[in-house]
Parts: sequence; C-alpha cells; structure tokens
Amino acid sequence: MTENGVVCQRGKVLTTDTMNPNVKKVEYAVRGPIVQRAVQIENELKEGVKKPFSEVIRANIGDAHAMGQRPITFFRQVVALCSYSKLLEDDKFPEDAKNRARRILQACNGGSIGAYSASQGIECVRQDVARYIERRDGGITCNPDNIYLCTGASDGIVAILKLLVSGEGRTRTGVMIPIPQYPLYSAALADLGAVQVSYYLDEDRCWALDVSELRRALVAARQHCSPRALCVINPGNPTGQVQSRQCIEDVIRFAAEEHLFLMADEVYQDNVYAEDCQFHSFKKVLYEMGPEYSDIVELVSFHSTSKCYMGECGFRGGYMEVINMDPEVKAQLTKMVSVRLCPPVPGQALLDLVVNPPQRDEPSYSTFIEERAANLRDLATKAKLAQEAFNRIPGITCNPVQGAMYCFPRISLPERAVAEAREMGQAPDMFYCMKLLEDTGICLVPGSGFGQMDGTYHFRMTILPPTDKLKIVLDKVKEFHQSFTQHYS
Amino acid sequence: MFGLGTINPNVRAIGGSQEHDLHRRAAQIRAELQQGVSKPFSDIIDVSSGDSHLTGMMPVTFVRQVIAACLCPALIHSDDLPVDVRRRAQDLLAQLDGESMGSYTDSCGAPNVQCSVAEFITRRDGGVPASPQNIFICGGSQRALALLLEILIPNDGPPYTGVLTPVPTYKTFTMLLEETGTVMVPYQLCEEQGWVLQIDELRRALRDSRGHCSPKVLYVINPGNPTGHVQTMKSIAEVIQFAAEEELFLLADEVYQDTVHGDNSEFISYKRVLFEMGGEFSETVQMASVHSASKGYMGECGLRAGYVELVNIDHTVMPFAEWLIGTKICAPVPGQVALDIMARPPQPGDASYVQYTQEVQAIQETLVHNVRRAQEVLNSLPGMSCQLPEAGIFVFPRLQFHPQVAEHAKKAGVDADLLYSRRLLEDSGVCVSPGCEYGQRDGTHHLRLCVLIPTNTLDEMLTRLTRFHLRFMAEFF
Repeated sequence: MTENGVVCQRGKVLTTDTMNPNVKKVEYAVRGPIVQRAVQIENELKEGVKKPFSEVIRANIGDAHAMGQRPITFFRQVVALCSYSKLLEDDKFPEDAKNRARRILQACNGGSIGAYSASQGIECVRQDVARYIERRDGGITCNPDNIYLCTGASDGIVAILKLLVSGEGRTRTGVMIPIPQYPLYSAALADLGAVQVSYYLDEDRCWALDVSELRRALVAARQHCSPRALCVINPGNPTGQVQSRQCIEDVIRFAAEEHLFLMADEVYQDNVYAEDCQFHSFKKVLYEMGPEYSDIVELVSFHSTSKCYMGECGFRGGYMEVINMDPEVKAQLTKMVSVRLCPPVPGQALLDLVVNPPQRDEPSYSTFIEERAANLRDLATKAKLAQEAFNRIPGITCNPVQGAMYCFPRISLPERAVAEAREMGQAPDMFYCMKLLEDTGICLVPGSGFGQMDGTYHFRMTILPPTDKLKIVLDKVKEFHQSFTQHYS
Repeated sequence: MFGLGTINPNVRAIGGSQEHDLHRRAAQIRAELQQGVSKPFSDIIDVSSGDSHLTGMMPVTFVRQVIAACLCPALIHSDDLPVDVRRRAQDLLAQLDGESMGSYTDSCGAPNVQCSVAEFITRRDGGVPASPQNIFICGGSQRALALLLEILIPNDGPPYTGVLTPVPTYKTFTMLLEETGTVMVPYQLCEEQGWVLQIDELRRALRDSRGHCSPKVLYVINPGNPTGHVQTMKSIAEVIQFAAEEELFLLADEVYQDTVHGDNSEFISYKRVLFEMGGEFSETVQMASVHSASKGYMGECGLRAGYVELVNIDHTVMPFAEWLIGTKICAPVPGQVALDIMARPPQPGDASYVQYTQEVQAIQETLVHNVRRAQEVLNSLPGMSCQLPEAGIFVFPRLQFHPQVAEHAKKAGVDADLLYSRRLLEDSGVCVSPGCEYGQRDGTHHLRLCVLIPTNTLDEMLTRLTRFHLRFMAEFF
C-alpha cells in the first residue's frame, strides 16, 4: 500500500498463464496467419506500396458472395419484405415473395423478425425443413421435433461436440475426424479438451474413406481415450470427394458395430459436379439399411445456408437433424441451446426459403431455377477448370473436385525449400503459401492447416473467384510453382 | 447409446428453467384458444421476456429500411426510401466483401461497424477514447459473455473458477455459468435500499467463496436485470476499487444503458468511471463491457447483435481472443447493420432524423408511462409491493404471501412465485417470469414483468393481473 492507501502493485488477472489453456491450442487455419498477412498486404496496397500485383485475391475462404456470386433474388426479396413490412404494399415485389414473407412473419413472435424465436427455431420453419428432408430422402419420415435450427452449421456441430464430451484421462471422449478436415473440428475439439482421433482419407484413391483405416484409428485411440463419435464431411472439405453409397453404408455399419455417434456434415449437399457422383444423405442410407440400423444408430446431420447455390454465409443460417438420440439426452440438448437464446431470425427466414423455394406454378419460379442453375453450373465449370489446370503443372497433382467448393492439390517441394521452412519454424506448405502471397497476392490456405499425411504438402484453394480471375490465378500459381521449384533446386 | 451418464456433466448441470415450462404451457393454451376451447380470456399476454417486439412494439423504421435496402440493393436506386437510408445502405454494402450481406465479415466484426461502435462509446463517455481493435462484435450479448468466460475460465479445476454474480440476476446468465463449469458466487443486492450493490456484501461473498473455489471474475449488471437499479458513480468507483484490490476481472453487462427513465438517474459506464479514477486504475484494471441491439428502444432481439469492449487486455492475450472468435467465423450481418445504426443513428438534417427521433421518443415515453403505471397499480395491491425502477424495461414487484401459500407450494414441490405464475397463466392468460428464476433471499417472492409493451396491452394485462391477484390472495386468506 502506498501512503495514500492505494494499492499500486497488482498482477493482471487475465494473462496467458491464467487464461483457459485450451483456448491457446485453438487454431483455425482458414482465418489464420496467412490471412492476417493478406490483410496487411491489402492495407499496404491501399497506402500505395508498390507490389508485383495490384490486388490480393482471397481464395482462402468458402465465401461465394465475397468472390462475386450473386444472391438468389427471391430469397433476398422475401427477407427484405420480412424486415420492412411496408414493402408488402410495393408492387415491385412479386406476389409469391409477399406470401412467403407474410407466412414467415405470422410465425414470428409478435409478427417481427426482431423478436426472439423459440430456442429450437421457429416452428413452421422446422416443419418446412422436415418436409424438405422427406422430399430429399424419397419420403423417409422426418419429425420436426428432431430439427434444431442453428447459427450456421458450425454452431450446431460445436453444440453436439460439447454435449458429447465427458470423462477424464482414458475415459475422455475421443472424436474421430477425417484428415484432411475442415479445421473447425480440430479447433472445437481443442477448445473442449476432447481427444482428436484422426483417420486418414486415401489421396491415391480420390480421398476415399476406408473402413479399415477407421478401424486402425479407433483401435489405436482406445489405448488412451474413449472414442465416442465419428465425423464425416460429405461432400468433403477440403478434399471435395463425394462418398459413394457403398462407402456410406460401410461407415454406418462400422458406427453401429463400434457404438459410435455419427456426425454427418452435409453442408455441400447441392455442390456435386462430377457426373458419376451423387449425394446420398446419411439418413437416407441409414433408413434403407433397415431397422437393424435405422432403429439404433445415433446420427446428427448438418446443413447450412452458407454454401450450395445460395452462399449466404453472412446470415448464419443452418439446421441439424438428430436421429435416435436418447430422449433424456435430447432434452439436455434442448436445454443447452436455450442458453444462447435463439438463432438469428433473418437466417431462419432464409433457411425457410432454401427448403421451400418457389414452386413450378409460382411467378418467381423460372428466375429462381435459372439463377440456381447458373450458380451451380458456374461452380462445376470452375471445379473442372481448376482441377485440370493444376494437373497440367509439373510438380502439382490434383484429385478430381467431385463436389464442395475447393481444390486441394498436392505439391512437391524441393528438399532445400523444406529445409529452409523448418529453419524458419514454418510448415513447408505455409512457407510456400506465404511466398506465393508475397509474390502474387494470391491467398491460399496451406494443407498443414487441414492435416495431411506426413511428408506430403498441399494447399486449399477455393473455386469461387470469377472464371476470368480464376484463370489468372491458375496461371500465376503455375508460374510461381515453376520459379519456386527452380529457385530451391 | 449415449445416455445421461455419458454426456457432458456441465451440460447436465445447467439448471432447467421453470420459465420454459411456463412458455410451453402458454403455447399449449394458445393452441387450445385457436381450436376454440373456451377460456376466461381471448389471448395470451406474454410479459415474461425482455422482448419488446413480442407483445407488439414496433421496430424503428430507419433500422428496417436500411436492412431491407442492404438485402435488396435495387431499393437503393428507387425513390421509395429516404435518401439517407439509401446512402447508409450503400456505404454499408461498399464495406462488405462482394458488396453483399451474404459474405462473412472479419471475425471481430465488419471494421466500419467496429469503428462506429468505438466512436459511439467515445461520445457516450465524454471523450474517453475507445479503439475499434478492442471491440468484438458477437451474435448477441449472451454470446459475448460466453466468449469471455471461455477465455477467462481455465476449467481444469479443482479448484474451479468462481464468478461473483448479483442476486437477483437473469436466468440465462446462471445457465451459462453452469454450462462452463464455473462456480457462481452470489452477492445479494439490497432490496430495502432499491437493490443497491453493497461493497460489504461483495466482500462477504468473496471471503466465503475462498474455501470452495478460486474467485476470478466480478460480474455486474448495470442497469440491473431484473432490478432496474442504476449505480451511482460512487458505487461504480467502489466496485472498481474492490476489483482492483482483490484482483478480479470486471465483467460489466451494460445492455440496458439506453433505458434510463428515472428522474434522478444517469447511466455512467464502468469504463468512464475507470478512466476518471486515474492511471493507477485506468491502466491496470482489466474489464470487459457488453452491450446489445436487443434491448433499449431498438429491441432487435431476433437479429442477434451485440458487442464487447475489452479494456486493458494484454497484447499477449488478445491474439487468442481473436483466434477464438475466429472459430465462430463472424456475427450475423443483419445484426451488425442494426448495431451500426444503434451506434450511429440519423443526425439532425438527415432525411430520416425527424421520424427516427419521433419514434424513439414515443418508445421512451411509452416506457416511462408504463413503468409508472405498472408500479402504481401493482404497489397498490394487497400483498404486493413494487419499487419504481430507474432503468430497464421491467418491474420486479415483491409478493407477500400468506403462509398457507408457501405450504401449498411446498406440497406441490415448487416455489410460491412459480405457483402464482402458473395459476396466473391458467386463469388469466398472462405469462410472467417467476422470481425463483432470478435467485432471491430465502422466503421472499417476486415476479418480473416486461413493461416495454403497447400501453393498451399493459392496461389489459394490469386489469387481468389485478383481478387474478385479488382472487388468489382471497383464496388463501
């Protein structure tokens, strides 16, 4: 104490020593250091610093609108009508959009999107989601009570993971995730203090999921934790593979045998480009395998408004369907979601339109169909373009981009480059991507951010930039790769 | 199969909300009314939640016009909307990637919104500077609080971290503590003195907690929820000093800052007081302050928009906070637009200024009128006393029950105020929030009612409540 009685020597409460240690382990490569550097470079360009390029091209994040994809007109009209209801008198808005808006507003508390909804989501939206799932899955019943609307699929995924994590030491929950994976999973597991159990997708067979590899990972994990859940991303992120129906059956069988809780991340379900591929929902396959499986396998599947053809990331809309969850556990889930009050209502409204789009006899139908087809066609074209371009570059190979929104090419790096990277304490593909960014302004995410087999290197690039820009990006990557390889040989 | 025994024990530990049961029952009654079942009332009046739109308060036009124009940029080029709406939408869109609300923003929020909020805070605090880098935009204040607890609470106990929490406090905060495995260290607010925060009680709570947890955080709600109490500058300074002495992280929930209606009250932010206490404190006390677009005159609960301002957080810790919020990707963009308007409303001379000001004034007048009317009516009822709050959108009357009511409630296995609330719902269609949800001194009973509702709805609600109350009291007398 000083003379005037004031305490002057006191430690800070929140330091890197006293903070939650789990948070220190959280990494999310999609927005990691390379993006921070990209932002710096953008600022430098704005300040007039001279660079060998005039703009940063952000091919790091699955954000279609950021790269110029146009929103679906009908969806925006309806949500605008819901936001400012005076527009219901404006004859510039089509009647079917107005009907949808009135229906949504009627279902909102107080008739306003500004009121809290029920924590599980607006009831009529959940009912519409259930009907959408039934249509998608050839009539297999969906109970709206099993639908939870969430703040993007990520929110739902984290909620389920949080619900499932328990135990300590050898009984601590292990969660099986694919490698390579969308790094939300590893970040969430680190944050929750759950054990990550990695299973490797087979790059040589187009990122196929092998049950034998699942089994290997599971057996090894049982030595040090209690594996309880299995996550599958289909179509895959970053890998873009679309699992075959047989594969999905095998996974379900495996989950049943090993008593694993299945989490199916299906946010890219409309993003399927390869002609010989088709999206099969886990739920549909599960039910078609008969009651021996459909009565017992616990499954949660996730969908979102952020991807597919609408790309409305900013709305943070999504849902999860829980199947065969113990009723007492489900009650806990319902209680848990109430702590965040409710998902954003504009996102719920948007989701309602995604699952309940214009019908054939409605005025907005033809425009809607055109816009949807154009977006998906554009993505399919760019998927093919990117994949073929990468495969033509010596030292780069790229598996077919069967679906989703990304290429995940494998790059071979000269030994000297690998050595220099290690000296700098950087993962070799981070080293590569940083140099690419500095030289060309192209921002990609290194494969190390997603996980990969030891000794292999990749990067993830989105297929989202407009076609002409994408072509430039591909050319620049080619040039860069050649000069990088030469320099370090 | 996953059973209760294998799920996260912290999730199991989250206390169930009685209010949710009331809401479920209210939904059932609504359905019954729709089916034509005869009841002594024709509709449910739900004043249980801090949601003004729920009962029919209207949104602020400017907010909704801007959001609509951002959603449908074609509106920007039409004359149907005022010119300042169109310009604001244009400016906001220009700052979004791809000029679309459908893009993700930066994880901590769209930079222009962070700037607006920082400028708002600086103006509010009489020039005490706020930096956009210390503003994190979140999907509501509840998510902001969850984020802060996630960073602060190590959770690898025992000893488990303790958070000093006022009693009464609102239920979802206590549920959040339970979810994070944090120990709630209650400090009683003093009802007899208008729900003031007493430093001696803080000291007592802290002292008593030291045996069974590691107290680290001091959570204050100012203006209070459910109490509506507004702390004086002296009180805030005392709390800050206490936090400094005891090395506690100050978590200031200030979401009702725009709802001060008491004649002799003024909201002063914790940050401002901290700053005015001089370098000794202003450079060392660590603090986070939370605000939201859900309360106040905008009442945009459904948009999910809030922010936290971090004060004196180490530069070594900030990157982790940024990475953590990065995993949520970003806050919903429509909500960020609402926040921008809250921070930077129309100014004199703007096309929408007059209408905007009129609407806000009307909402404020409704609140002032309703608070006074509700307090007057409720305070005049036998067995009910109601203080006039200084801020917030609730009244929090105290019920004095005949001992028979308590016995009856005990037999039914519920708190007396929950029993009362259930009966009130069944008999009159009025849904309130029972005091047991908030914590209260043993043997005391309260109700929380939202009064930021259309005035005629308030009158109807008070009529029904009065009728019910007199009958209920007579029954047990």
